Amino acid sequence: MAKTIRRLNEIPREEYFVSGHGLCAGCGIPPMVRIALKAVEGPKVVVNATGCLEVATTLYPHTAWTIPWIHNAFENAAATASGIEAAVKALVRKRGWKSYKVLVFGGDGGTFDIGLQSLSGALERGHRFIYVCYDNEAYMNTGIQRSGATPLGAATTTSPAGKVIPGKPENKKSLMDIVIAHRIPYAATINPAYPIDMWNKFAKASDYLDRGIGPIFFHYYSPCPVGWRMDSALSIEVARLAVQTRLWPLYEVDHGKLTINVKVPKPKPIEDYIRIQGRFRHLLKPENEHLLNNLKKFIEVNWERLQKLSELNYIF
Amino acid sequence: MSVTIRQVRTGLNGDEAVAYAVLHADVDVISAYPITPQTIIVERLSEFVHNGELDAEFIPVESEHSALSAALGASLAGARVFTATASQGLALMYEVLYITSSLRAPVVMAIGNRAFSAPINIHCSHDDAYAARDAGWIQFFAETVQEAYDLTIIAYRVSEDERVLLPSIVNLDGFILTHSVEPLHIFRDSKDVSEFLPQRRPVNPIDPDNPITYGPLALQNYYMEIKRQQAEAIYSSKKVINEVFEEYGEFSGRDYSPVKSLYTEDADTVFILLGSTAGTMRYMVKKWRREGRKVGVVSLTLYRPFPEEELIESVGDAENIIVMDRSFSYGSPGGQLYMDVAATFMKRGLNPHLVNVIYGLGGRDFTPEDAEKALEMASKTDVDIVWIGVRGDNYG
Amino acid sequence: MPRWPSTWRELPPGGVIDKPGTSMWVETGTWRSHRPVIHLDKCIKCLMCWVSCPDNSIVRLDNDYVDVEYRYCKGCGICANVCPTKAIDMVEEGGM
Repeated sequence: MAKTIRRLNEIPREEYFVSGHGLCAGCGIPPMVRIALKAVEGPKVVVNATGCLEVATTLYPHTAWTIPWIHNAFENAAATASGIEAAVKALVRKRGWKSYKVLVFGGDGGTFDIGLQSLSGALERGHRFIYVCYDNEAYMNTGIQRSGATPLGAATTTSPAGKVIPGKPENKKSLMDIVIAHRIPYAATINPAYPIDMWNKFAKASDYLDRGIGPIFFHYYSPCPVGWRMDSALSIEVARLAVQTRLWPLYEVDHGKLTINVKVPKPKPIEDYIRIQGRFRHLLKPENEHLLNNLKKFIEVNWERLQKLSELNYIF
Repeated sequence: MSVTIRQVRTGLNGDEAVAYAVLHADVDVISAYPITPQTIIVERLSEFVHNGELDAEFIPVESEHSALSAALGASLAGARVFTATASQGLALMYEVLYITSSLRAPVVMAIGNRAFSAPINIHCSHDDAYAARDAGWIQFFAETVQEAYDLTIIAYRVSEDERVLLPSIVNLDGFILTHSVEPLHIFRDSKDVSEFLPQRRPVNPIDPDNPITYGPLALQNYYMEIKRQQAEAIYSSKKVINEVFEEYGEFSGRDYSPVKSLYTEDADTVFILLGSTAGTMRYMVKKWRREGRKVGVVSLTLYRPFPEEELIESVGDAENIIVMDRSFSYGSPGGQLYMDVAATFMKRGLNPHLVNVIYGLGGRDFTPEDAEKALEMASKTDVDIVWIGVRGDNYG
Repeated sequence: MPRWPSTWRELPPGGVIDKPGTSMWVETGTWRSHRPVIHLDKCIKCLMCWVSCPDNSIVRLDNDYVDVEYRYCKGCGICANVCPTKAIDMVEEGGM
């Protein structure tokens, strides 16, 4: 059984993802990767979609990985992982090879957009792997272009805060709802400001894989100081604010039961979250008040919806 | 292995023959998506798996892009892997074709050759095979159902050889071979075949005890060295291919070589082509010989790596070369095979009269009368590209 | 690059990196404009800096106090920001 923890000192010291990689200063991705690789027990391999994590950690001949790591292309990480998982099944059965777990990391571009079909196919087929979408809410690797994960109003290089169109006019796609619609056994949101919650979710996932239960999906809030035009020191603070404003609820759907893992009885004003990020600053202008109100409405409705769903015995 | 192993004579269509070859190769993972005219292959394989005849994982993926992506993942993991596609499906998996060969994954794929859209058409052209010609895959072309079966088994031996480690495509003409039942010999089971094709012994498979980073980012300082190495790999695979052909000949009693030629020794005119139309051309060449015309034919069983030396040798001193392309490279000096042949001759300072015949696109029949017309064209010096059987061209 | 083969004949096939953790050869500490300085007298061993560091540059000691590995620290300042007791200062490089 993978260990659940209550304090950070229960996390083992040994790292499977090492220093010297080229991710930006203050990048939000590594804290999740480090925890994932430690909490998921036993032999494991990583499949990585094209994106920040992929390019910045494997600039030939320098790899930050100490476990097998496979990059195929942008939109096919879930399909590649499907093949590996199937091969492991066949080779264990036919040749007595040792089994291992498969973890997939893909960004929001590689998951919400170009890789959605491949992910959906793999979830529907029920491959036993863990897929983590590290969502930094735009195509950061190519230089901050809007994606289906970019929130309403956010300025990116393809949704600039212009005089006529102030940032992205559309809402963020609800990937969790899409994933849950596949009725997979376990899906959860995770956040670097809540490392114990994150650890325990990966530990549960590890146990599920050991029991042949999968696929498992995590939606990770991945702060991006460069893309969000924010001080690099604020990555964890902004992540905490995302939860404390109820913008990014921490919840899980475990075999159909939805639970909100971090209660937010007194939410902080969304302005606290917006003020520290250049991508949102224009939303505080009086002429954009309607956008800010839309965002507030979205947060309120989404939270209420999750509350209601959490009161049900099962949502599927 | 000097005694030819016992086989069964049966009748199968080309798709079924490939499916039996995959069964007899005892593959571990099959990842495929239905597309005409390849679909029968994956239907039969699903039956083999679901009925317990083949101990393999069948991944019914949601697209061809995922079919090859999953096949690549499984191959890197050390499994013997199969996928199949055609036409649009090949086009969709195009990106992953290059990645598969570059990562040196010995995937074997059958293509039921079919024309590219638009207009959409389900019948034979070689568009898909040609589209993959630069992708670093070994490519075989079957002329008959028997060859489709044999070449599939041969492809595994070649691809998985540690001196090669490259993926292979086995091409079989859509409908003409995929859906036509022909008599052939097949082995009894995978146990018999294992003498020629033992279990895969992967080089550097995914292994937590030997952590390797597959598919990293490589920039100006290393990309070119990595590509140079890959170029060498496919050129030098020909030696292994010839060895395997020879060994398979002893094993099966059926001889294979990179090119097949008929009546080329003293020919003044030689046809060069790929795929099932070679049968028609052999029939015609025999007829022409009876009429006293010195015509020969060369068909390529191996398309990539391109069998340059074998081709030059088998063509001999023919003055007229008619290269037949069942596809076209729009805006190019000619069809794809034509350009390969032209380059092969030019490299050696040879300058025969070359004519390019474009035929049979989208499954249009290529008849003996068309062959007569093609031969007629070879004597004209003012024509270099002829679309045979096209309404509107005065020589068609 | 003395630690890696140079010519195409010597490289591992398939463009793979067949050794783990070779990024450790790259000392990303040169990126830094500000350096974290830890005041252990204020440290309560919560390890929030350790778990949040993107570059594994907060070293967790045997007694659960922490130190900085300056060879890789990019100076992002996360450690100082997450510290509940303000035990880490970010000091400009070059200055003291």
